[in-house]
Amino acid sequence: MNLYQFLLQNHTEVLELTLEHLWLVGISTLLAVLIGIPLGILITRWPVLNKPVLGGANIIQTIPSLALFGFLLPAPWIGERADRIAILALTLYALLPLIRNTYVGIKGVDRSVIEAGRGMGLTDRQLLFQVELPLALGVIIAGVRVATVISVGLATIAAAIGAGGLGEYIFRGLAMVNNQVILAGAIPAAVMALLADISLGWLEKRLSPH
Amino acid sequence: MLQKIPLCIFAPFVVKILKMMSQSDSRPAIEFRNVSYRLPGSEGRTLLHDLTLEIQRGETLILLGRSGSGKTTTLKLINHLLAPSGGELLVDNRATRDWDVIRLRRMIGYVIQETGLFPHFTVERNIALVPRIENWPAHRITERVDELLQLVGLDREIATRYPRELSGGQRQRVGVARALAADPPILLMDEPFGALDPITRAELRREFLDLQQRLRKTVVFVTHDLREALSLGTRIALMEAGRLVTVQTPAEFLTSTEPLTVSYKDACGTDF
Repeated sequence: MNLYQFLLQNHTEVLELTLEHLWLVGISTLLAVLIGIPLGILITRWPVLNKPVLGGANIIQTIPSLALFGFLLPAPWIGERADRIAILALTLYALLPLIRNTYVGIKGVDRSVIEAGRGMGLTDRQLLFQVELPLALGVIIAGVRVATVISVGLATIAAAIGAGGLGEYIFRGLAMVNNQVILAGAIPAAVMALLADISLGWLEKRLSPH
Repeated sequence: MLQKIPLCIFAPFVVKILKMMSQSDSRPAIEFRNVSYRLPGSEGRTLLHDLTLEIQRGETLILLGRSGSGKTTTLKLINHLLAPSGGELLVDNRATRDWDVIRLRRMIGYVIQETGLFPHFTVERNIALVPRIENWPAHRITERVDELLQLVGLDREIATRYPRELSGGQRQRVGVARALAADPPILLMDEPFGALDPITRAELRREFLDLQQRLRKTVVFVTHDLREALSLGTRIALMEAGRLVTVQTPAEFLTSTEPLTVSYKDACGTDF
């Protein structure tokens, strides 16, 4: 039985796992955006927080993903359901590119543009929303793009703790020593990563001011 | 004779009252009183030493000097982008540190080298920046933008373009229009024509003179170009290493024998 036949035969299950995978990636990226971008802005305003915040996000990045999933198992409420653990872990991993790109994007805005804005009497808030964020948007979206692509890959490992997603096929295939089944999980995941990369890359280009 | 004496007694008071009345008008727009500026930190370098200078309403004061002489520092102290480390700086008879800084800045137009325009705003939105944040009604903003484009000699068509689509000269005109948008009494210009080719530069200088003749703003203009200083200024404040060396009118500058003034004239040739 080749891969094509396998996918065709199991198309409802493939679809289900793909949707599960999308859900894990989507929710965790959304959460990471909601936490990471404000944190990135915060450390441009309070440089003292710069090192601890970026350092913290960096340390999280160094924890092996399988271990992180394991660490979160005993956590209250979170640990009760596998998908909660997976979403939290994926959110944590996505933080670093988001915080860093928001910070770098804002810091990279031409000094003279900021100075002109400040000199014309823009308040700090007006400067942030009318000048800094719009001009940093391309770089911030690039961060979202990196975070999403990493998440799609990492989310396959979530299947190890029973959170579902396309990793199910990969682990099942490994256990069965069946390449067909492994590929049935890996290929849709790769396609998903590519699509996310292309669409966010397009958005990044559209939203870059230059 | 005896009847005239009482009148004479009043004469000094009359003079005093007249003086006071005229003073309220002729008080300088900007007044530096022993202002110094030191970079923050315990070993911060002093960029400006003990500056005392009055800038009158309606005049164009040129700050002339080499890079690092403290011209730009002086300018940024006026709109409180920098706070004085010592002394007092009055704008409209009030110390800059007592002003609500946003109010202060919105009554001071600010023009810097071409990069100061917002690259993600059209010409129109760049010019309308201050009127917008001051919540002017839309029709008044549109009128004002049209008026300003005309004032700085730009075509109505470029209103919808982005700064990157303009020539250097056009960008600089937009910068001036933006600074003038809310009709501020004071205008700060930091080497506004610095990045332009000589012909455009000369053109913009002429236009600036023309504009200033009509608008009579209080202008503080930073440059290192002696020609520019002589042609645009009502007075020239010469700076060196964070200190004010002299303040002279262009005519005085040309005949001055003060050593730094002379070395400036020598460096630029003698054909003025």
